[in-house]
Amino acid sequence: MKRGATVYLYELAWILPSIAIPVGMLAALLVTAFGAGIHVPSVAGRIDPAKVAETPPFDHPGVVQTGPLRYEVRMVGQIWSFTPNEIRVPVGSTVTFVATSRDVIHGLFIPAANVNVMLIPGQIARVSARFDREGEFFMACHEYCGIAHHTMGGKIVVEPRS
Amino acid sequence: MSADTPRDPESRLTGAHLLVANVALLGGIVTGLLQGLEHAGFAFPASDYFLRSYYHSVSMHGVLNVLVWTTFFIAGFLPFISARAYAMPLVSPRLGWLTFWVMLAGLVIAAVPLAGNAATVMFTFYAPLKAHWAFYIGLTLVVVGTWLITLRLGLSQRAWRAQHPTARAPLAAFMSLVTMAMWTLASVGLAASMLFMLIPWSLGLVPGTDPLLTRTLFWLTGHPIVYFWLLPAYISWYTLVPRQAGGRLFSDPMARGSFLLFLVLSTPLGLHHQVTDPGIHEGWKLFQAFLTFAVFFPSLLTFFNVVASLEIAGRARGGKGWFVWFGRLPWGDPSVAAQLLAMLTFCAGGIGGLINASYNMNLVVHNTAYVVGHFHTTVGTAVTLTYMGISYWLVPHIVGRALWSRAMALAQSWIWFVGMLIFSTALHELGLRGMPRRTMISQASYFQPEWQTLLPWVGVGGTLLFISGILYLLNLLLTVTVGRTPAPSVPEFTESAAPPEEGPALLNRLRPWVVVAAVLLVIAYGPTLTRLVVTGQFNVPGLRVW
Repeated sequence: MKRGATVYLYELAWILPSIAIPVGMLAALLVTAFGAGIHVPSVAGRIDPAKVAETPPFDHPGVVQTGPLRYEVRMVGQIWSFTPNEIRVPVGSTVTFVATSRDVIHGLFIPAANVNVMLIPGQIARVSARFDREGEFFMACHEYCGIAHHTMGGKIVVEPRS
Repeated sequence: MSADTPRDPESRLTGAHLLVANVALLGGIVTGLLQGLEHAGFAFPASDYFLRSYYHSVSMHGVLNVLVWTTFFIAGFLPFISARAYAMPLVSPRLGWLTFWVMLAGLVIAAVPLAGNAATVMFTFYAPLKAHWAFYIGLTLVVVGTWLITLRLGLSQRAWRAQHPTARAPLAAFMSLVTMAMWTLASVGLAASMLFMLIPWSLGLVPGTDPLLTRTLFWLTGHPIVYFWLLPAYISWYTLVPRQAGGRLFSDPMARGSFLLFLVLSTPLGLHHQVTDPGIHEGWKLFQAFLTFAVFFPSLLTFFNVVASLEIAGRARGGKGWFVWFGRLPWGDPSVAAQLLAMLTFCAGGIGGLINASYNMNLVVHNTAYVVGHFHTTVGTAVTLTYMGISYWLVPHIVGRALWSRAMALAQSWIWFVGMLIFSTALHELGLRGMPRRTMISQASYFQPEWQTLLPWVGVGGTLLFISGILYLLNLLLTVTVGRTPAPSVPEFTESAAPPEEGPALLNRLRPWVVVAAVLLVIAYGPTLTRLVVTGQFNVPGLRVW
């Protein structure tokens, strides 16, 4: 290879796309986050992990309707189960999961709706998802939480609208 | 040839580190095989004598491979390559040996509870899973040992500069010091977590800890640690492989510039491992996602520089066209072939990493098998196969004997490459189908039928990787025991088409860049860590749930 102008051009031809690719990805990410509103978990409050059973809303875990096609799931993770571990909502529902852990770190993973959040003792997690397809979908703990980690799962049943 | 005979202090010291690294790798590939077979549907052979459970195995696999194999290899390789680059012995062999014994003591202290199933907490040891205190103290000692390497390389550079006041530091030595400076800065997170939280807590001196704070401090160190593994591989790709292939380095200043960018940008982006964590503001996650994209830039510079250097080699060997020159590289040299295959795999690994770090896209892949597929292409191949390629000249040099079988080494490299292709493709796809990582999946209560067709391929790939790993270790063992003397010469350093003097003087300095890196670290982490400490509850008791 000749040095000089040619080399400089080669370098430029590489460096410009090297900047453009990450900047382009950042743009795509900003569009999906703020345009399409695909958010990630953020700050949603703290809780004393020793008092989960007495602290609202976790003193009454379960599914609560909060509006037309709007539900809130108050969920507690513990070794090695979710409470509740079966959730029924009508198709088209927007479901907000408010969840925490009573012992070690767990995860709440529902691939069918891109629900992916950690349940960390002392932290309250809050995420929303819409269930647009009828059917039965699995949820799983996806953070190692001890010897029976693989048995920690549950299901979401998305039912026809009655 | 070089002044260092097989009996010089650096070679012995390097050999001691490599011995520990390779013993760890043996443990890593045995556990890996069993885990791959578990995914393929074979019952995991848990017993009271070896591995108590699948999770015991995964914990061993992670610690042995990514903490021990990598760290001990680096601790052997960087001082060795620095001494050669300076063409003088490093200062204080005694400090070098002290480092080795500190790290080895730390390793043994941590390994006892790990092997005894008292630290089945994965290599990430997220509180409140609570391992035996010796596990945390041992790992902390290993980290302290790495700081001593930084000290020794720094003192050696000062000694070299005293003799060469106006010269640019040799590239390989400069890069080694940048790598260690980056790592030392990055390790403050882990050190703080260990010293102020996990060790007092595991000893029972404090009743509880704060899981999110320890986790955040872990990832502050836990992402830059991947650059700590990767940069030594880059050192080989920049300063040795082009020469081994018969070429020259395209640009020395560009190489220094990219390493200095790694120093600045490697640390302030660990939050991209915590995108799905509650309790951390999404704005800071977005900011660190942006910085993750920024660190892609020096990786692309590296790609350009290394490929251009290889192209010089390929064309010098008669290669033509856009791609044909790549085939003309010395594929018959196992050290070169292993590292070329590592580079090829890393193309996929780098792009996959960008996907993982893409903020809300992380919701699709976080903690799934996709991530496992990803890091086996990066640390598991780009890094590991490169270290193997380096070992193919380094170990013969240390023991003064030729590599036992070049053919076996070549076969080993290709088997690793093909095995990883199968293994990692299957895991990527399984992750996209919602399969969690770190899970004894064949026993999962929520097992999905659409995973079934792909899982056997995890076993096939894992078996090939195991065979390859054994061939590698066997080749080294036979080299050491029955290899013929003398050893072939060590690869010389690559000359640069654009010498260092063409770059600005700032590329020859380290301190201003360390300051910039520290400032960026404070900006990226300061607000989040301050809030976590101020609102911290430190009341979560430890649990042993395995």
